[in-house]
Amino acid sequence: MADRLYTKDHEWVDIEDGIATVGITDYAQEQLGDVVFVELPDVGRNVVQHEEAAVVESVKAASEVYAPVSGEVTEVNSGLADDPSPVNSDAYGGGWFMRIKMADESDVDGMMDEEAYGEFVAELE
Amino acid sequence: MQARDGLKKTPLYDLHVERGARMVPFAGYDMPVQYPTGILAEHRQTRESAGLFDVSHMGQVRLSAAGGRDAAASALETLVPAAMTTLQSGRMRYTQFTNEQGGILDDLMVTAMGDHLYLVINAACKDADIAHLQANLSDRCEIEVLSDRALLALQGPKAVAAFARLVPDCEQLSFMQAATWDLDGERLLVSRSGYTGEDGVEVSVPGHAAEALARRLLDMPEVEPIGLGARDSLRLEAGLCLYGHDIDTTTTPIEAGLIWSIQKARRDGGNFPGAAVIQRQIKDGTDRRLVGLKPEGRAPVRDGADLVDDDGNVIGTITSGGFGATVGGPVAMGYVPSDRAEPGQRLSAVVRGKTLPIDVTAMPFVPHRYHRN
Repeated sequence: MADRLYTKDHEWVDIEDGIATVGITDYAQEQLGDVVFVELPDVGRNVVQHEEAAVVESVKAASEVYAPVSGEVTEVNSGLADDPSPVNSDAYGGGWFMRIKMADESDVDGMMDEEAYGEFVAELE
Repeated sequence: MQARDGLKKTPLYDLHVERGARMVPFAGYDMPVQYPTGILAEHRQTRESAGLFDVSHMGQVRLSAAGGRDAAASALETLVPAAMTTLQSGRMRYTQFTNEQGGILDDLMVTAMGDHLYLVINAACKDADIAHLQANLSDRCEIEVLSDRALLALQGPKAVAAFARLVPDCEQLSFMQAATWDLDGERLLVSRSGYTGEDGVEVSVPGHAAEALARRLLDMPEVEPIGLGARDSLRLEAGLCLYGHDIDTTTTPIEAGLIWSIQKARRDGGNFPGAAVIQRQIKDGTDRRLVGLKPEGRAPVRDGADLVDDDGNVIGTITSGGFGATVGGPVAMGYVPSDRAEPGQRLSAVVRGKTLPIDVTAMPFVPHRYHRN
């Protein structure tokens, strides 16, 4: 398994064989509070890096989730439609959002590793 | 008492921080929006057991007159549509400050206590309300802002039994009744009221004694602290209006479905700001009405969202919307044309450019569980 990478928008990506699994970070879910609804993209949609790809609704507010990489959405975590709670309880596991077949592997350039992201978050607090 | 960023603190500020609250600016105060368990758990705690809310940011005002409580009540009736002179001691009523157009300047609770009236007003409107009272009533009334008092709300099916461990006689109160008791040498004003739809009490306590009282309540196994996030979702499920969202200067009490708060004698008699508009609306009806709305599916529909008809015409607006933890899905309130206001009407709400089905539904979304004798 490849190392997880992080964006400044608090998404994580985990890349294996050119497929990026995407979710929001533990810090992001903590900030959002209880997630009550997740709107996911249609499978087959082509997303462009940094464009809105999903929406996560907490009790208090709606927040956009941006595509961390460009490519075709090959799979979404459809179980979140009925039970979005894994976004809070298991952000890096059962709370994943979508898988994207990457169009350009260089999209990950500039993303942070776990240590760099930890420092980034520490500065926000 | 100035906190960071110029925000004011309530007497329970340190306790909120100690309990791990996430603090947010609200109406000029640094207030707890949630505690570590989260808004959904706090909401359920209040519905199932007892939740303690700090509502000390709200304004508490003592209104008295040389001519006694009746004189103060007569004076207040010139500013609100509800009957105040018929309010018996130890009873409280919900009403609104109205303007000449029948719009709502604020909503408030008024309690008749012995020789005076006791008002609880919204935090965000506090300064304007006090100025309004002073401008209109200062020739007849003494307007005393009780800024040295805190206000706690203990809400939920186990709330009154819990509070009765400290003040046993509080169980004798019915919904919308109030009385004073001394606890540890401090004078408490306790009313059986709240804004969650649940049974419970609101307790006005001297600020210096508030933390000790809150700690005694939080030490009880059935009581947990609850933040503003769950307070909002609880009141929405209970179908209760939030000032600045469901009601404001552009909405009248009749449009907002608050006609029940205007007693018959005052509907007939008028003599309050906006009476002509409100009396005409009572007689002829209104073009729009505030209704309960139940979105289909799980996506919350939030305030500001347009309501559209089958042809895509905008016919209304959501004024409050969110997730009802007890309902187990999204709930909302909003204004719709009166001919679409009956439960069962299907409309559409626009969320992120998409239209979602949303049904007009009876409120409250969760039955009230007030203690009425």
